[in-house]
Amino acid sequence: MSAAIHAYSCPVCDYVYDERRGAPREGFPAGTPWSAVPDDWTCPDCGVREKIDFEPHGGSAEVGE
Amino acid sequence: MTALAASGPAESSWRDGKKFLWPLGLLVPTIPWIAWGLAAATGWSVAWWAGPLLVFGVFPFFDWAIGKDSDNPPDSVLAFLEGQRYYRWCTYLYLPLQYAGLATAAWIWSTGRLDAVDAVGLAVSVGTVGGIGINTAHELGHKKDELERWLSKVALAQTLYGHFYIEHNRGHHVRVATPEDPASSRLGESFYSFWPRSVAGSFRSGWHLEKARLARANRKPWTLRNDVLNAWAMSVAVFGALLAVFGVRILPYLLIQAVFGFSLLEVVNYLEHYGLLRQKNGERYERCAPRHSWNSNNIASNVLLYHLQRHSDHHANPTRRYQALRHFDDAPELPSGYATMIVLAYVTPLWRKVMNPRVVAHYAGDVALANLQPRKREKLLAKYGAKA
Repeated sequence: MSAAIHAYSCPVCDYVYDERRGAPREGFPAGTPWSAVPDDWTCPDCGVREKIDFEPHGGSAEVGE
Repeated sequence: MTALAASGPAESSWRDGKKFLWPLGLLVPTIPWIAWGLAAATGWSVAWWAGPLLVFGVFPFFDWAIGKDSDNPPDSVLAFLEGQRYYRWCTYLYLPLQYAGLATAAWIWSTGRLDAVDAVGLAVSVGTVGGIGINTAHELGHKKDELERWLSKVALAQTLYGHFYIEHNRGHHVRVATPEDPASSRLGESFYSFWPRSVAGSFRSGWHLEKARLARANRKPWTLRNDVLNAWAMSVAVFGALLAVFGVRILPYLLIQAVFGFSLLEVVNYLEHYGLLRQKNGERYERCAPRHSWNSNNIASNVLLYHLQRHSDHHANPTRRYQALRHFDDAPELPSGYATMIVLAYVTPLWRKVMNPRVVAHYAGDVALANLQPRKREKLLAKYGAKA
């Protein structure tokens, strides 16, 4: 377990991008690091916030084992 | 009495005053039967035009006669309100009625009992259902639930507008109230110049958005994973089935209803952001704010369009369910409901007379801050004067 942040959430609609799950439909397979997601990628659920607006998501440890 | 009062975790004295009005939206997809019934009962062939008569005549009257309400649910009940399944059924039930009406109309066309004018009237009435069905699709397509997203594409199939599901959420909402958005109209732009720009631009944008998404996974766009293509495939299935059952003679009417239907969506697009512009902070546009959408609290249009007119809150919180959308005091307000404003939008000089001064007033006289139709720019600046 590392203390590093693995997940980022949309401040509008609470969509969570978790690096371990990625967003396969968006073209980011599981394991795609947040740094590999382009800055202008928009939230796939609400569309009104971009990657650079996302906030570190505290609850990332709940995913995985 | 109501579920809200009986079991609400958020104890509140607030009641949804429109709770039992929402099913009235389901009157719209019964329009083909209203038309048929009225024509049969009265013998007046004008009844086949019931769709446009209701939308352009009766609904604006109700907007005027019933008036407005700016009642907002308190923040504490929003989550509970959104969880009430009752409200979802008010939207889901639109779809079976919509397609039953289309099939009924297809059968009537196939019998050849209507003369051409009446048959076109019925097509326009069915198109009204399809066009307002795009509003139902809009409500469903913004949700995170997979079933609702699928139903959204089903509702769009009738009007050949499957690409709207992608373009609206990932295109329009991102670029709203900027010159880059095909679906945001500009000050000085008539509905008739907006229509081709929005129809073609939205089509192009939807395709490019899906192409780019699939390219990130090293996929080509020509696949049914492409949400634009699989949504269009639903139209092929619906049109194909109707033509197979009722014969190719109904094709002209199917096309008329589709074009009339999506044009009804486009006229609503036209009035939602007319002239409004997000300013640039360096490279980026400022965030979309309540001041970037036109709103209305007219009850009749709000009930029929699932609070679409509380448009500023919709753009601030696109996934929020219709029953929880709020009115903002500081948001630009249309002089009447969308049903009335649609009629104005068709009559360009009237629209300009009513709306241009409102856009100028919204920018406190500094018309240079508005989203200007480029070829009208000089004229508009000269007419309304730019602040130095």
